[in-house]
Amino acid sequence: MRVCITSDGQGLDAPVNPSFGRAPYFLFVDPETLTTEGVKNTPGAHGAGVQAAQTVVSKGANIVITGNVGPNAHQGLSTAGIEIYVGAKGTVKDALQDYRAGRLTRADAPTAGGHGRRMI
Amino acid sequence: MRIAIASGKGGTGKTTIAVNLALSLVERESVQFIDCDVEEPNAHIFLKPRIKHVHSVGKLLPEVDESLCNQCGECAKACEFNAIAVIGKKVLVYNELCHGCGLCKMVCPTGAISEVPHELGVVESGEARGFPFSRGLLNIGEAMATPLVHTLKEGLDPDRLAILDAPPGTGCPTIAALHGADVALLVTEPTPFGLHDLKAAVGVARSLGVPIAVVINRNGIGDDQIERYCKQEGLPIHLKISFDREIAVLYSEGTPLVDALPAWKERFIHLYHEIISQAGEGAASVASGFMPDDLNKRRTQGATLHAAEDVPAVDIGPNEGPQKGEAG
Repeated sequence: MRVCITSDGQGLDAPVNPSFGRAPYFLFVDPETLTTEGVKNTPGAHGAGVQAAQTVVSKGANIVITGNVGPNAHQGLSTAGIEIYVGAKGTVKDALQDYRAGRLTRADAPTAGGHGRRMI
Repeated sequence: MRIAIASGKGGTGKTTIAVNLALSLVERESVQFIDCDVEEPNAHIFLKPRIKHVHSVGKLLPEVDESLCNQCGECAKACEFNAIAVIGKKVLVYNELCHGCGLCKMVCPTGAISEVPHELGVVESGEARGFPFSRGLLNIGEAMATPLVHTLKEGLDPDRLAILDAPPGTGCPTIAALHGADVALLVTEPTPFGLHDLKAAVGVARSLGVPIAVVINRNGIGDDQIERYCKQEGLPIHLKISFDREIAVLYSEGTPLVDALPAWKERFIHLYHEIISQAGEGAASVASGFMPDDLNKRRTQGATLHAAEDVPAVDIGPNEGPQKGEAG
C-alpha cells in the first residue's frame, strides 16, 4: 500500500495542501512503516492536474489524499484505478489518521472546477 | 485601416463605442463591423444584422490508435499544454487543453496518432445597416476562442475600414483581436477597476506594437485617476462620455446612441479623425509578426470543417442570443 498526500513540505508534520494539481509536494507514505518519500511538484502553466496525475501514477500510489480534486486530475487518477479521498486538513499525520478512521470522503467525481476553482 | 475596440475590464462600453462609431461613419466611409467577442457577442442587439453565411470553425484533435500505441509517452512529454497523458496502458486526450498544434502526431514513433476535426463554433456573416457584419459564436463548453477570432479576421475586406469589437480581458482572444490593428481604442471608466484593467490592456497593446487611444465612458462617476495615468503615459483621450441616464436608457432598449441623439454623430466622427491622425503619426512604429503566421494559418485553415455555407437569411436582434448556444 502506498498513499500519496498533497503537502506543503516534506515529512509527516508538514501541512496538507488542499489543492491536488498545484500542491508544492506529493508525499508518498507507507502507512505500515510510516516511511515517506517527498516528490516536488513543478506544475506548468497549463494542465497542472493532468501533469500531477501522471506523476502520482508513475510513482505507484494506490490512494490519493488531498483537499479537492479537479476534473482532469480525477479522470487521470481514476483511469489508473487510484482511489481519491478529499477533505484532508491539518498535517500529513492528521490526514493519515482521519483516513484510517474513515473520516475522509471518497471522491467518485471531481470536487473542484479545475484551475483551482471552486465547484460551481 | 483596422480599429480594435478593447478595454481590459468588461462592461465599460466597447460595443457602445464600436456600434456608434460604425453608424456615424457609414455615410462617409466604407465600413465593416466584426464582433470578436465570440464568448458573448452583443453588437447584434444594436445592429440587428441579417446573417447570410455560416462557417463552421474547429481545431484538429489527436486520436490515438491503441493497437499501434506502445505507451512510450513521447506525446505526453512533447505537449506543452498537458493535453495528452499516458496512464498505464491508456492514452487520455483532454480536448479543452489541446491547442491543435499537431506536435504529438509528429513525435509519435509508431504512427499511432491521427488528427480529427473538432468544431469549436461558427462564424456568421451578413449585412447590417448597409455594411458587412460578422460575428463568431463559440460553442457552449468550449474553451478556445482564438481560432474563431482568426477566422473572423481572415474574412476582413482590406479595402474597408474595419471596426473590431474585441472581447473583454487581456487573454488570448483579446490578443488575437488586437494583433495587426492600426489603433487599439481602449474604453475605460473612471473607477479603480477601470484604471487597473486599463493598465493591463495598455500593456497588451504595447507588447503588440499597436498605438493606443483612450475613451472614457461614464465620465463623472469616479475620480481623475484615469486622466492622470493617461497624461503620465502619454496616451491621448479622444472622447469622454458622461454618465447619463438617457444614454443608459437607450442602451437598455438596444437603441444605438446616434440613432436617438444624432448630435452624437459629430462627436464620433471627430473621434475617428483623431484616430486617423494618430495612426498616421504612429504608423512607422507598428511592429509586425508577433504571432507566427503559419501557425495561425494551420489553426484556421487546417481546422475549417467545411466550406462556408449559404443559409437562408436570418435576422438576428435583441431576442436572439447565441443561436449555437441555445442549440447546444
